[in-house]
Amino acid sequence: MAFTLYSLIQTAILCTNAIAVLHEERFLSKVGWAVDQGVGGFGDDPGIKAQILTLIRSVRTVMRVPLIIVNSACIVLLLLFG
Amino acid sequence: MRQRNSSMEGPDGSQLFEDTSGAGPRTQSGYRNQQTEPQQAGFAGQSLLSDPMSNLAMAYGSSLASQGKEMVDKNLDRFIPISKLKYYFAVDTVYVGKKLGLLVFPYMHNNWEVSYQQDTPVAPRFDVNAPDLYIPAMSFITYVLVAGVALGTQNRFSPELLGVQASSALVWLIMEVLAVLLSLYLVTVNTDLTTIDLLAFSGYKYVGMIVGLVAGLLFGRPAYYLSLLWCCAAIFVFTIRTLRLKLLSEAAAEGKLVRGTRNQLRMYLTMSIAAAQPIFMYWLTYHLIR
Repeated sequence: MAFTLYSLIQTAILCTNAIAVLHEERFLSKVGWAVDQGVGGFGDDPGIKAQILTLIRSVRTVMRVPLIIVNSACIVLLLLFG
Repeated sequence: MRQRNSSMEGPDGSQLFEDTSGAGPRTQSGYRNQQTEPQQAGFAGQSLLSDPMSNLAMAYGSSLASQGKEMVDKNLDRFIPISKLKYYFAVDTVYVGKKLGLLVFPYMHNNWEVSYQQDTPVAPRFDVNAPDLYIPAMSFITYVLVAGVALGTQNRFSPELLGVQASSALVWLIMEVLAVLLSLYLVTVNTDLTTIDLLAFSGYKYVGMIVGLVAGLLFGRPAYYLSLLWCCAAIFVFTIRTLRLKLLSEAAAEGKLVRGTRNQLRMYLTMSIAAAQPIFMYWLTYHLIR
């Protein structure tokens, strides 16, 4: 119950890592969640599954480099200060 | 009369006191001399203002300060939109009173639409339905203080606990806003709700929490449960009626049954956002009333 802002940051890092780790070829296409196939018309709204897939793909693309930096910093800090 | 003169003649003709008036016989060279001589008490102010060196220093310092202020303003405006925030704090006493009454008793209010003025929403001062950030901010701080009082009556208080309460409530607020943003993205609702609007709507539940906590402190557990139940129902109705106009399409907002998965999803979304408010209200207050 006693959350701190630091635990929020930790949660955010862990969740973003979890989303970024889902590999396109090895995992997502096996499940059937590959790059949004057949999203079809632009006028109609894409639906929840396509939105989730777009979200995963954009998190992977955008956050790859910042996650490397943040994870390295986190590892160093945890090694030094426990 | 002659003793009143600031420069008194001594026995050998030299002046006993300095001629401190600026209209003395020494005018141009007097400046430098006054700087090098030890300053007298009431005299330093006048020389500081009239000295060109310190004039220059003051002008330079004030120009540096204004440059620094400009830079800070410009950079701060990139991260936190200050001008947009000012809109949310444009409230007055009448608005606050009406809004608080609406948060506790929303059943008689009929018109929930936000009025616009040439495409921009009207400031909260002129429209009861507009969201503001004053009430959520004030009620958050009041909630932390009342939580401190509640802990104090149970002899569990220490100053660090205030910070712990504040940060955990803040974390829950941030997580709730993020969850609502994520679900709004997933359901692809085209709405004009900004993040700050969502923050305001999530912050309104602190008013109900404070009412429940104060009732529980004054009258004991049954009063706490009763008032919390009342406030939970009120916040539920308030949230549904406010969000219905923003999230649902026109026809569905007027109460007609519109078929289709999109509108169903939006209705579920509104319901779940509204249902999350009482849950949070109970979760954040039950451990304070023993």
